[in-house]
Amino acid sequence: MNEDAGYDEPGLTGDKRAELGLGALVAGVVCVLLAMLAFVLVQAWPSFAHNGLSWFGPGGSVDTQIQSIFTSGDLKQAPQYAIHAWPLIWSTILTTLGAVLIAFVGALFVSVFIVEFAPRQLKTVLEPVVRLLASVPSVIYGLIGVLVLVPFIGNHLISSGAKASVTPVIQLSGLSLLAAVLILSVMIAPIMIAVFCEGLRSVPRGWIEGSLALGVNRWRTFWKVAVRTARPALVAGTVLATARALGEAVMLSMVSGSVGFAPNPADGLIFFVEPSRGLAATILHSQEELTSPPMNHTLYAMAAILLFSAAMLSLIGWAVKRPMRRYFAAGVAT
Amino acid sequence: MSATGVTVVQPPPAGAPTPRRVERTGSWRLSDRIGLAFAWFLGLLFCVIAASIVIYLLVQGLKYVRPGLLVTHPTVGYNENQTGGFLDPLIGTAIVAGLAMLIAVPIGVGVAVWLTEYGRPRALARVAESTIEMLAGAPSIVLALFGTLIFQSGALGFLSQETGGIVYGRSFFAAGAMLSLIALPLIVSTVREGLQAIPMHVREASYAVGKTKIATTRRVLLPAARPSVITGAMLGVGRVIGDTAIIVVLLGATQNLDGVGSTPVLGTLRGTGSTLTSYIYDNAPTGELNQPHKAFAAAFVLLIIVLVINAGVDIYSRRARRLRWS
Amino acid sequence: MELKKPPPVRQLGLEPTAEVHTPLAPPAPATTNGNGHRPDPGFVAAPRHVTRASYALDRMQIDEVSVSYGAKEAVSSVSLPIRQGEVLALIGPSGCGKTTLLRSLNRLAELGNAVTQRGQITLDGVDIGTMEPTALRRRVTMVFQQPNPFPMSIFDNVAYVLREQGKRRPRKATLREPVREALTRAGLWDEVGDNLSHPALRLSGGQQQRLCIARALAADPEVLLLDEPCSALDPQSSQVIEDLIVKLREEVAIVIVTHNLQQAYRIADHVAFMYLGELVEYGTAERIFRSPREDRTGEYVSGAFG
Repeated sequence: MNEDAGYDEPGLTGDKRAELGLGALVAGVVCVLLAMLAFVLVQAWPSFAHNGLSWFGPGGSVDTQIQSIFTSGDLKQAPQYAIHAWPLIWSTILTTLGAVLIAFVGALFVSVFIVEFAPRQLKTVLEPVVRLLASVPSVIYGLIGVLVLVPFIGNHLISSGAKASVTPVIQLSGLSLLAAVLILSVMIAPIMIAVFCEGLRSVPRGWIEGSLALGVNRWRTFWKVAVRTARPALVAGTVLATARALGEAVMLSMVSGSVGFAPNPADGLIFFVEPSRGLAATILHSQEELTSPPMNHTLYAMAAILLFSAAMLSLIGWAVKRPMRRYFAAGVAT
Repeated sequence: MSATGVTVVQPPPAGAPTPRRVERTGSWRLSDRIGLAFAWFLGLLFCVIAASIVIYLLVQGLKYVRPGLLVTHPTVGYNENQTGGFLDPLIGTAIVAGLAMLIAVPIGVGVAVWLTEYGRPRALARVAESTIEMLAGAPSIVLALFGTLIFQSGALGFLSQETGGIVYGRSFFAAGAMLSLIALPLIVSTVREGLQAIPMHVREASYAVGKTKIATTRRVLLPAARPSVITGAMLGVGRVIGDTAIIVVLLGATQNLDGVGSTPVLGTLRGTGSTLTSYIYDNAPTGELNQPHKAFAAAFVLLIIVLVINAGVDIYSRRARRLRWS
Repeated sequence: MELKKPPPVRQLGLEPTAEVHTPLAPPAPATTNGNGHRPDPGFVAAPRHVTRASYALDRMQIDEVSVSYGAKEAVSSVSLPIRQGEVLALIGPSGCGKTTLLRSLNRLAELGNAVTQRGQITLDGVDIGTMEPTALRRRVTMVFQQPNPFPMSIFDNVAYVLREQGKRRPRKATLREPVREALTRAGLWDEVGDNLSHPALRLSGGQQQRLCIARALAADPEVLLLDEPCSALDPQSSQVIEDLIVKLREEVAIVIVTHNLQQAYRIADHVAFMYLGELVEYGTAERIFRSPREDRTGEYVSGAFG
């Protein structure tokens, strides 16, 4: 069927075929992805069913629990599902929130600097650097972290007295919350900076000029007009970066320690240097134990939590952006 | 022309530019001055951090990288001098990137074309956009887990090793397939942007001479959107070669390429191996092998590859931008 | 050079008011010699507002000002007075430098690339180059061609200047009165006064431009600069804004750049015609439009070019 024929009849059929074909492709991709989601939830269900809400709660050493889950996969025993994953959840929350907060403040000011106040030569250097940093693989960040930051924290920031005081429970070696949060924020900041800069640059010049013409100084003009206008981009960048931080497994498994320990703020300054391990890192850590069915279900349960959080994040981002649109709508109201 | 009643201020000598007083921050509110100082401080701090990361990696890498490493196979040994190079991980990276792109680019372009040019029924378009966005936000470790689910099932056992009825589920096929999912959202969004940037009058001109939609797409729009396809593919490659989680889970833990069966190419693809990322992961102090020098060398090579891809994307998109639609 | 007789300029009819002069008959065509110089202006007069303001007080003085963008000179050695109580219109074809001259009055021109400026502009005797730019721009505010209200509510737009100047941020209660006054001066209070939290971008074009004028007036300026404020608006909105301008000229010195000659004739007291950066002629509106001294002025106002 010659699709390039100059008349309608055969062309229409060819067009219809193409549309159906492509539509089937898209439908196929969607089905595969949705099936993925469904399978993850189905595989995760037994773990949740056995534990109920105490899955999320604290209770005992999560590492021992994971170990017993794994060993119970041996068909000779009854499968064990009991897990209280609070330490893992707490670690994920701490590293993600800490990194996002630090990165957000940093990225906001850096992007304001890049778009408006940086000298021109610095501007042309900074933009490719931001893009480069955003594409550096996380394993390289992990390598630098474990070879530079972790020894620094372990040798210089933790006193031997502090180490001795906690030896029965955990080991303070520099693999810590602090290292994890610092490196994670450096890792996600370029993503935020890239999105923020794009948002700031798309602010109509007329508004900025109008504000300057009213006698408002440069900083205030940029802050009150441009940053305020770019708020949807700020939200989008933050959501993107938070999703990245949530799912980070490799870098965190290299620098945050490999114990399922919940850092306790009541410990004072030691809190910042306590080791921990998040959900994603735990999955990575235990991935060789997937052959054991109860372990399988437990790991899928963790994956389901991660997926759910990412979806919630998107939803929150959408909800936050909606009222912002009120003042942007042009056109005469009916 | 001076009007009556105004005091004539002496104008400066003609030809000399007048001295101007530029905006000084002295009159600003304190919070404004702090804000500006903070912006400068953080901007410069960011430069310092970025520079130190890059310089540190370059220095350490150059210290430990030798050309021989790139062409020697990894071997088992007691210390760093005996453990060979990382040729296999390098090949593994290439294989995995190629496989992922082979799957992701056609599918991605097809989805992007459908979403831009067709898009009916609307419900399917909306669902497709949402699921692809969800895919973009999904952590790669979750995709890795799901990969084990698919590839460990008996039906797909031919794609990897089978030992005594238990499908091992780890192979280049598995890793490549899951990595293509990582690259897919990037390709779809880049190609969509490229297609949407083509103004309507180009399509109308083609329809006006009687061409069908699909012919227009194939012969007019896709060639015009080629820069964005290439940019999307390069971005996808960059993302794929940087991923470690899927590799560690789905490619198996063998340092050398461990083929399965005797067919030349298929055997390798069915087998296990490693990539630069998993090599670095294993050789870091927290990994099993703990050879920091090798890890630095591999990190250096990986960084150079990423740099080259980034520079390529920059140069290419700048060149492509010159062909603007008026 | 042979100049063909240009078509007559279209007359815009307005509602006659008590203050309006009756339209004058077009002047008798001047005798032409064989070469056709001194073309008949062909300008048909429309009814005018009151021409003479009750007083005129000098506020700003432009002294031999030249502005160059790199090598290209946009404004060459222009001198003009700007008085409160009258409207000064800058007319001329595109590219003649009238917008650049306007923007140099509030030092916006120097924000461009490679801008050099010579000459002096004074505000009440003080060289504006020695003033803090932000302080200057509060005394000399500007309204742009495209209405550019901020993406905020009407109240926030008008209160913007009041909030962002000064050392401390004023409370909302203290801002209500100045906002109301500014909106009243701009003639917008009756229309939007009952819902000040309405998004500003949802107003019509004419209302948005009046909002921009209100915003500029909220700073209580001494000089108001208008850069082709009606060119993006329909005739009714333009009419409203022209009435507004005439009303405001008593309190604020007004400089308006316009390429609409009828508009200039309607509202201006003094007119400055610029061409290729030079000030060709300056005088009262009556004289410029009826009996211009320069040939180029006559050609322009009769529509021979531009």
